[in-house]
Amino acid sequence: MNPKTPSKLEKILASGQLAVTSECGPPRGSNGDAIAKKAEMIKDYVDAINITDNQTSVTRLCSLAAVIRLKLMGLEPILQMVTRDRNRIALQSDILGAASFEINNILCLSGDHQQFGDNPQAQNVFDIDSMQLIQTVRYMRDEGKFLGGDDLEKSPQMFVGAACNPFADPFEIRARRLAKKVAAGVEFIQTQCIYNLDKFELWMKQIRDMGLHEKVYILAGVTPFKSAGMAKYMKNRVPGMDVPDEVVKRMSGVDKDKQSEEGIKICIESIQRLKDIEGVRGFHIMAIEWEEKVPEIVEKSGLLPRPSVS
Amino acid sequence: MIVAERKPLDEIIGFIKDCKKILIVGCNECVTVCYAGGKKEVAILASALKMAFLKEGKELEVKEVTLERQCDQEYLEEIRDIIDQYDAVVSMACGVGVQFMAEKYQSMPVYPALNTLFMGGAEEMGVWSERCQGCGQCILGQTAGICPITRCAKRLLNGPCGGSTQGHCEINKDLPCAWQLILDRLKALGRLDDYDRLISIKDWSTERSGGPRKIVREDLQQ
Ligand code: SF4
Ligand code: SF4
Repeated sequence: MNPKTPSKLEKILASGQLAVTSECGPPRGSNGDAIAKKAEMIKDYVDAINITDNQTSVTRLCSLAAVIRLKLMGLEPILQMVTRDRNRIALQSDILGAASFEINNILCLSGDHQQFGDNPQAQNVFDIDSMQLIQTVRYMRDEGKFLGGDDLEKSPQMFVGAACNPFADPFEIRARRLAKKVAAGVEFIQTQCIYNLDKFELWMKQIRDMGLHEKVYILAGVTPFKSAGMAKYMKNRVPGMDVPDEVVKRMSGVDKDKQSEEGIKICIESIQRLKDIEGVRGFHIMAIEWEEKVPEIVEKSGLLPRPSVS
Repeated sequence: MIVAERKPLDEIIGFIKDCKKILIVGCNECVTVCYAGGKKEVAILASALKMAFLKEGKELEVKEVTLERQCDQEYLEEIRDIIDQYDAVVSMACGVGVQFMAEKYQSMPVYPALNTLFMGGAEEMGVWSERCQGCGQCILGQTAGICPITRCAKRLLNGPCGGSTQGHCEINKDLPCAWQLILDRLKALGRLDDYDRLISIKDWSTERSGGPRKIVREDLQQ
């Protein structure tokens, strides 16, 4: 696949090299330096950095401002954008705002329901869904038009991504749902955190059988456990998360002060195994409020040095 | 039908605490069927209010009436002759009935006794759930007869989201995932291939977003 945008992430993927992305959550306050600090920690170990958009519906500094800050630092940000909080007017407007700072990557999401966040009393918007947001960005980029049909000046040059959860139910349509996102125009995918590797392999096989691995770059999502408690929480409390019993057992089986080390080990082993799966084009490392561990994970997984592209 | 439930007694007392004579008006349609504002509920509310006033050492005179429909000019006329004798009307109709009452009787305070919740039906005795949000451009033909606008917590037109778990919605284990229901039914219909079609961006101008809606049927106007 030839790159269609100036995105560095797209260029790396198009060159056939494994890409590495990670993410930073903006602060719950107006201290923009906090995001710069997190990004500093990981910038030499990843190709692009996602900035989450009020993840789990907890109000934070906005992803648009945060990606601009990273861009001004010379980094390659991925703008996450959820349809929960913005209608099509706001979405298109934010896309243009981001593009005006040469933000070249976007991740199109529906977003968690506001019930999980700090404002469960809020209205939600959901004017369009994540697939339709993919269509929207592609339309603006490729047709140079607004959804309303008017021409727009200087179309946004964005490499369009989305998330995908291979583990949610019903499993049998998960590959078909990705096919729908591909039909909508998605170009890269960051998956939900993978702990059940057998199931992920099964899903990837379906993806290959449908030829989707040739049409979209799939970055396998991983998240290291900090503790056995976190593993249990993810298993039992986070919807759509598949943490096999063996993994929880393995985490619980080591002393408390060794658990974080074990979590990193599991993460690295997963990456090693995922590397061998045909169609996996890279990794998305989500070290939740644990960004300082990203360098170690990348290094020990043999993902250094990161490629440079022009 | 329109499904509603009664407000807490204290809230209703708050509306009428300074009244001496009130008219409680029930409705014989939806709110009767969902046991919220029919004749029986009017009687229960009337005695509860009288008791509450007595406890405070006050007296409340209550007249109970239940109309065929409160969202109907004709039936609302039935109380024209008596309404002026009261300090306020407590309507046990849905929000539509309360407003029709208020519009018709301009100088009469009208208070709602119910919280109007949704358009839905009874799944079984004592259990009601929502089915339609009146979007004004029904897409049930594309979704196997199950409405994702109403029944998906994120009104996803191309679901299911990544939180769908064993048939349940991510926001609540007691809620079925609308997209699981749609897929199950597509399968039962032998039309799972329909799932592969993207549902396009919806025109919400026929929904609440387009402003208050109105239908004019000239063929029926007199
Ligand atoms: S698609 Fe619209 S009209 Fe049809 S059931 Fe859903 S909300 Fe109601
Ligand atoms: S779990 Fe199902 S019903 Fe709930 S938000 Fe996701 S797709 Fe919609």
